[in-house]
Amino acid sequence: MATQHSRTAARFMISPAVIVLLGWMLIPLGMTIYFSFLFYNLLQPGQESFAGWMNYRFFLTDPSFLDAIQNTLLLVGGVLVITSVGGILLALLLDQPIWGQGIVRILVIAPFFVMPTVSALVWKNMFMNPVNGLFAFFAKNLGFQPIDFFAHVPLASIIGIVSWQWLPFATLILLTAVQSLDSEQLEAAEMDGAGALNRFFYIILPHLARAITVVILIQTIFLLSIFAEILVTTNGGPGTATTNLTFLVYIQSLLQFDVGGGSAGGVIAIILANIVAIFLMRMIGKNLDI
Amino acid sequence: MGRITLNQVTKSFGDVNVIPPLDLEIDEGEFVVFVGPSGCGKSTLLRLIAGLEDVTSGRIDIDGQDATALPPAKRQLAMVFQSYALYPHMSVRKNIAFPLKMAKMDKAEIDRRVGNAAKVLNLSDYIDRRPGQLSGGQRQRVAIGRAIVREPAAFLFDEPLSNLDAALRVGMRLEISELHNRLKTTMVYVTHDQVEAMTMADKIVVLNAGVIEQVGSPLELYRSPRNTFVAGFIGSPKMNLFGEAEAAKHNAATMGVRPEHIQVSAESGDWKGTVGVAEHLGSDTFFHVHDTGLADDPITVRAGGEVSLHNGDTVYLTPEADKVHRFDADGARIA
Repeated sequence: MATQHSRTAARFMISPAVIVLLGWMLIPLGMTIYFSFLFYNLLQPGQESFAGWMNYRFFLTDPSFLDAIQNTLLLVGGVLVITSVGGILLALLLDQPIWGQGIVRILVIAPFFVMPTVSALVWKNMFMNPVNGLFAFFAKNLGFQPIDFFAHVPLASIIGIVSWQWLPFATLILLTAVQSLDSEQLEAAEMDGAGALNRFFYIILPHLARAITVVILIQTIFLLSIFAEILVTTNGGPGTATTNLTFLVYIQSLLQFDVGGGSAGGVIAIILANIVAIFLMRMIGKNLDI
Repeated sequence: MGRITLNQVTKSFGDVNVIPPLDLEIDEGEFVVFVGPSGCGKSTLLRLIAGLEDVTSGRIDIDGQDATALPPAKRQLAMVFQSYALYPHMSVRKNIAFPLKMAKMDKAEIDRRVGNAAKVLNLSDYIDRRPGQLSGGQRQRVAIGRAIVREPAAFLFDEPLSNLDAALRVGMRLEISELHNRLKTTMVYVTHDQVEAMTMADKIVVLNAGVIEQVGSPLELYRSPRNTFVAGFIGSPKMNLFGEAEAAKHNAATMGVRPEHIQVSAESGDWKGTVGVAEHLGSDTFFHVHDTGLADDPITVRAGGEVSLHNGDTVYLTPEADKVHRFDADGARIA
């Protein structure tokens, strides 16, 4: 790969892949930006006209917009905290030599294979339903008033469902990281007089830092665009209690048929996601190059 | 401080009995080396003393106190691992300070002790680097530093030099010996390299399949190995062992002569053979002599200095009569 000739050839040969990838990204992005500057309503087809910044102003001044941002951040933050803490604990637990280790590990990973819509419906109808649900059954047997999860704690319920889905991912990545820890280091720490808690905080946690970073970065990307779980459970409600940015864009473009407004929302979501990404990289990105 | 006694200690992993009942006494201030071939249980024995493995039965006393059930941290021992086991996310200073921090020592005292250790081990220039930025020898010294700041009752070394290159190994060997002379603390050292054992030890424990074959000073083992295993293991190049006719002349089942105790001559001698490979080291020359009729393997012979014998030459060998070792049919030494 050293000569001028081979370098030119290499560039030429990777160009199809690069062009496809660029097109894949740039064409939808370009069209979204283009639509965001149009009055484009599906109820009045063929009457598109240039709108200037109207769509953006309309979207940003929508009273649900601030709620949506807050909900998005709460959803992402809540799931991240639960999955990373829970993932670390589960990974440590699964790393212990136990009987039936293989089966237990597969069971723990199983939720990841369930489709989001399916798992959300299972949670909604079989666990959280205030009449037929399992939680209601336990509450009634213990003499408590069953909680109507989606009416009283809708966002927390969705955070719970999404955390259940993403916990296996975090566990899996953190488990491999735990397993890659040199056992002699732990033994050395033990000889040095570090108890179990000190070993965890001084040896295991720093060792996991990089894996935790990866978990947080990857999950953030997917969690910013949570949609299916909200659609099949609360439909963004009650009111705007579970409407996140993705869902707001959906309401705008497919329930109100306002493609222009929806596109403007999409562009705003992209910008906000990038701001979050920059903050994340600033905060934890330095872990990636130890 | 630093007296370790093992009494009828055994260790099994499942059905596999790694260490049959074993007694051993390690005196205060001694440098004891466990040596043996791979898989002989020497590392397991060290880990039993450290408390990283539980004994299956038997009793371990440290300083006269029963330590069999004590956790590693309470045994007042410090260990240097084969992989060094430094904490990669901590600087050298924090690595060395870690045991003191765990002992909740106050900051000023920690700084003083870490500073001293760094000075003793020539680490002052690297004190704020991470282990990843250090060479093998420097990492080794950090691992030793982490052990000495605790001022333990005894040091345990688990093949600490096996990851270093040959030149560095010789240097570190010297440093560890000097450290022992200065600190006068008990050291238990595991190695498969008999040169390390010979050069460093006050007392060598030769292990084979979990059994102690012989305990003694390096020269004791060299002069009077108790059986053929020790005879073949201690000394470099290894002792020539051969049986049958020649051994019978000396009333033994097996006889052994070290390469350095055989006289080489081009004209006359007891045994006749042909020179195979000749290794000229300058200070010494080692000949592999074939067709002696004594054994199937070639006999190794050492000649001092430069000797002009080459491949294919006929040589005559004469063992030094008082340096011949005799062993009976069970391999045990005949005095």
